Amino acid sequence: MTDLTGLTIAEARDKLTKKEISSIELTDAYLGAIDHANGTLNAYVAVTPDKARAMAKASDEKIGKGEAGALEGIPLGIKDLFSTEGVHTQAASHILDGFEPRYESTVTANLWADGAVMLGKLNMDEFAMGSSNETSYYGPVKNPWRKAGSNADMVPGGSSGGSAAAVAAHLCAGATATDTGGSIRQPAALTGTVGIKPTYGRCSRWGIVAFASSLDQAGPIARDVRDSAILLKSMASSDAKDTTSVDREVPDYEAAVGRSVRGLKIGIPKEYRMDGMPEEIETLWQQGIAWLKDAGAEIVDVSLPHTKYALPAYYIVAPAEASSNLARYDGVRYGLRVPGGNIAEMYENTRAAGFGREVKRRIMIGTYVLSAGYYDAYYLQAQKVRTLIKRDFETVYADGVDALLTPATPSAAFGIGDQDMAADPVKMYLNDIFTVTVNMAGLPGIAVPAGLSAAGLPLGLQLIGRPFDEETLFAAGAVIEQAAGRFRPDKWW
Amino acid sequence: MSVDADTVRRVAKLSRIALSDEDVPAMQEELNAILGFVEQLSEVDVSSVEPMTSVTPMEMKKRKDGVTDGDKAADIVANAPVSEDNFFMVPKVVE
Amino acid sequence: MTIVDTRDPNPKSFIPGATGDWEIIIGMEVHAQVLSDSKLFSGASTDFGAEANSHVSLVDAAMPGMLPVINEECVRQAVRTGLGLKAQINKRSVFDRKNYFYPDLPQGYQISQFKDPIVGEGTVTVSVGPNNQGEFEDIEVGIERLHLEQDAGKSMHDQHPSMSFVDLNRSGVALMEIVSKPDMRSADEAKAYLTKLRTILRYLGTCNGNMDEGSMRADVNVSVRRPGGPFGTRCEIKNVNSIRFVGQAIESEARRQIALIEDGGMVEQETRLFDPSKGETRAMRNKEDAHDYRYFPDPDLLPLEFDQAYIDALLSELPELPDDKKNRFIEEGGLSTYDASILVSEKAIADFYEEVAKGRDAKQAANWVINDLLGALNKDGKSIEETPVSAAQLGAILDLIREGTISGKIAKDLFEIVWNEGGDPKRIVEDRGMKQVTDTGAIEKAVDDVMAANSDKVEQAKAKPSMAGWFVGQVMKATGGKANPQAVNALVKDKLGVE
Repeated sequence: MTDLTGLTIAEARDKLTKKEISSIELTDAYLGAIDHANGTLNAYVAVTPDKARAMAKASDEKIGKGEAGALEGIPLGIKDLFSTEGVHTQAASHILDGFEPRYESTVTANLWADGAVMLGKLNMDEFAMGSSNETSYYGPVKNPWRKAGSNADMVPGGSSGGSAAAVAAHLCAGATATDTGGSIRQPAALTGTVGIKPTYGRCSRWGIVAFASSLDQAGPIARDVRDSAILLKSMASSDAKDTTSVDREVPDYEAAVGRSVRGLKIGIPKEYRMDGMPEEIETLWQQGIAWLKDAGAEIVDVSLPHTKYALPAYYIVAPAEASSNLARYDGVRYGLRVPGGNIAEMYENTRAAGFGREVKRRIMIGTYVLSAGYYDAYYLQAQKVRTLIKRDFETVYADGVDALLTPATPSAAFGIGDQDMAADPVKMYLNDIFTVTVNMAGLPGIAVPAGLSAAGLPLGLQLIGRPFDEETLFAAGAVIEQAAGRFRPDKWW
Repeated sequence: MSVDADTVRRVAKLSRIALSDEDVPAMQEELNAILGFVEQLSEVDVSSVEPMTSVTPMEMKKRKDGVTDGDKAADIVANAPVSEDNFFMVPKVVE
Repeated sequence: MTIVDTRDPNPKSFIPGATGDWEIIIGMEVHAQVLSDSKLFSGASTDFGAEANSHVSLVDAAMPGMLPVINEECVRQAVRTGLGLKAQINKRSVFDRKNYFYPDLPQGYQISQFKDPIVGEGTVTVSVGPNNQGEFEDIEVGIERLHLEQDAGKSMHDQHPSMSFVDLNRSGVALMEIVSKPDMRSADEAKAYLTKLRTILRYLGTCNGNMDEGSMRADVNVSVRRPGGPFGTRCEIKNVNSIRFVGQAIESEARRQIALIEDGGMVEQETRLFDPSKGETRAMRNKEDAHDYRYFPDPDLLPLEFDQAYIDALLSELPELPDDKKNRFIEEGGLSTYDASILVSEKAIADFYEEVAKGRDAKQAANWVINDLLGALNKDGKSIEETPVSAAQLGAILDLIREGTISGKIAKDLFEIVWNEGGDPKRIVEDRGMKQVTDTGAIEKAVDDVMAANSDKVEQAKAKPSMAGWFVGQVMKATGGKANPQAVNALVKDKLGVE
């Protein structure tokens, strides 16, 4: 029997429909792979084999009755940020110790309604704050990719590092993830997987542990563009429980995969050509341009003048919102409580013990920039800059540009415990330099693997689309994927 | 702008995060690194620019008035560190 | 906010101190619970007095990942209230987060409106009085703003030696915070303002105004100054929960501040609590380290926007408000300002009066409602809602008077019977033979009988006509009050030969 975990979602779906395989077989194959690999990769923080098998069994029955949903019997991993009823939901934080919600997030509920099977909860940076998955209370996730000839462990990126690693190592057929500043696209790029952050408002945020409400957006990480389209179709919905979710039909994204890009106008923003950017990133970018041109797209140079301000503005807006969103973790209603002499001490002890260093840092920054006397200089200024960033994109799109092509990250994966990054938080933040503008403007962005670095690590390109035009991203992404080929790490774990 | 040690302590207090005296210098340094980085925003001319209030411009969805939720006190306190008779319990608060 | 002094100093409300007169400056922030079935941002019930945490949704308990969705009824009610306060309605307002930690504040922030409230400036006309001459004085109290916000839960501190109990049933209930300008100058004015505000809210049906259930609470800002001088430092007395306590709190706080200043001290700006058992205010023990609420627009919500047509539609459906009703009562029914003021003080009383007065004499109806009905209710400590005599019953009594079936005096007896026993007044009059005797023959016989039995007094009365009244009284007594008093009077005078 072939290794069932080698099947993409689209392939597995066909075999399940034809009853060549059962969901139980497929699920057991993944559970076996997780069992074997998770001790090493640390991608899952909780595995739910009983639930997975029960769901798989139900899916097999549905398939038998001809009532299969769009994802019937497909085993998925779920980022620990999504509330899953009665199942570990801790945002990889100590402060949510033992938390098992009595509710299911809208996105996961959509997936289960379409027949998907839950394998477990995936590791991540604590509260989705990080770009290396090293801030998790459950320890770092190892990237299934290593440099050629090296045994050094690399980060999978973050915050959805567990999702990206699990998909790359075939520990699930696909995974949910979230992206506040690049948390889907950066880890996807660093693991040779496909990740799409849809337009803000496309996926409901209800039941997803909030980091920065005006930036957070759920999306899938998958092995290829088609799978990411299949997953997003199921994840997206309009939700009366989320005021910021849009009332718009969810298109058939999969139909866009394979659609021609002939005549599309692809913009190349000059501001993404950063000082000190590695040569191989520039080369990759030029390669991507050539592929799209060959496929018939028109390439135009464009300017997004406020690009360089996106990251600093992000590091005001996101921590500000986070400082408020994370105020609810106070040891009163759920999670960790560390006693204190009085209520204030209980709060302070609980939050000091419950939050990790990066989370505390961001809460402190956020508290500071909102505090009396600083609001205008920091928060208000950042929100105004954000208007300008969005306006940059609007101007380019108004000129007829259909999508933008940029590198996804400024470098390939770095080592776990990298000293430079550890010494300076800002160095770590620079990982999101190409992705964060997209969140600031609420636009859709997809990261597609496009090649390997000289050291043999995956590199990705990013396509940025017009609001709610994810279809163009799938079409153009598929062109790059087609040209670049698929990337899979050699199994060492 | 940069923060001094007292500001770090004040912000920690406002954030309700216990911060020991030994931890203050490192936190101060990290916060100042970040504040130094975001400093460049002040060079952007934002005169006559409105701050962003909604990412996707649209009308706010509203709910019809009606009781559609509640009556699940057991669920509400299910994850509470300490509870009794469906009340949450906390160290005594003095007003 | 710049404070504008809209009032001329009035010696009537000055407080004498050891070093001269003082003037009290009062402003109020009233929290009024919006009448709605469900909460501001969740579908949990707003009903009062339920089991702990039973009217709590996942949103109200601030479970991770929960999001607020606004209740359109609360928006409607806030706009209606704004219209009732003759205030500016803002077509675009913004919800902000007010960040602070407290066990009954599950989110760690309250969703409120800070920079851009739903309602701006307005005014309330307040009738202060009546004084001992029965006169009212009208003052204008400015409204600074009205905004929507979430209520907090409730912490209880007495159940356990070392723990507080937290119940989130109120958490997320919609409140309107109505902020007045510092336009009040005495405890009486403050009480009258609060009473009037409550009346307006009840007329509008936007808040039930039940202060004992906490549906309406007042934070009172009090400062003192030399009459007409610069404003002093104010203290905020939090969460006063009855109109009477508002008056007591203001008076005791003003005295405290005056004593403090006259002793050479300074008033410190602080938050205080009123202790009704001691009748004084005290500083809150739990002083938050310098409040820094870090307001910012709630990113989970969008700006609240509506158009003029929405406002116009609500305006056109607004019920008649107390001031308009009062003027109508005076103009249409010829009532005195005093009577009209009393009748409109509660919507239920005004409704009752209007039902009684319909097709009847307005003044007579007003007299009966005010003197007899409200008097009796007051004596029994009952509210108008608990009245044993319905408007229809009182109306029937007035009809019986008008038809001449009973005298005014019998009517009082009838009212008492209906009050105690209920029933149809007309039936009672018939069944109990309470009809007025208008048969002149019968009355004449009664007069003759009385005069025959008191011949000595007849002689005296002829010399002293004022004694005729005694005979009338005796005849009425003899007829059980049923004789027509005018007829008796005429006959007595005729027979005595006096004018």
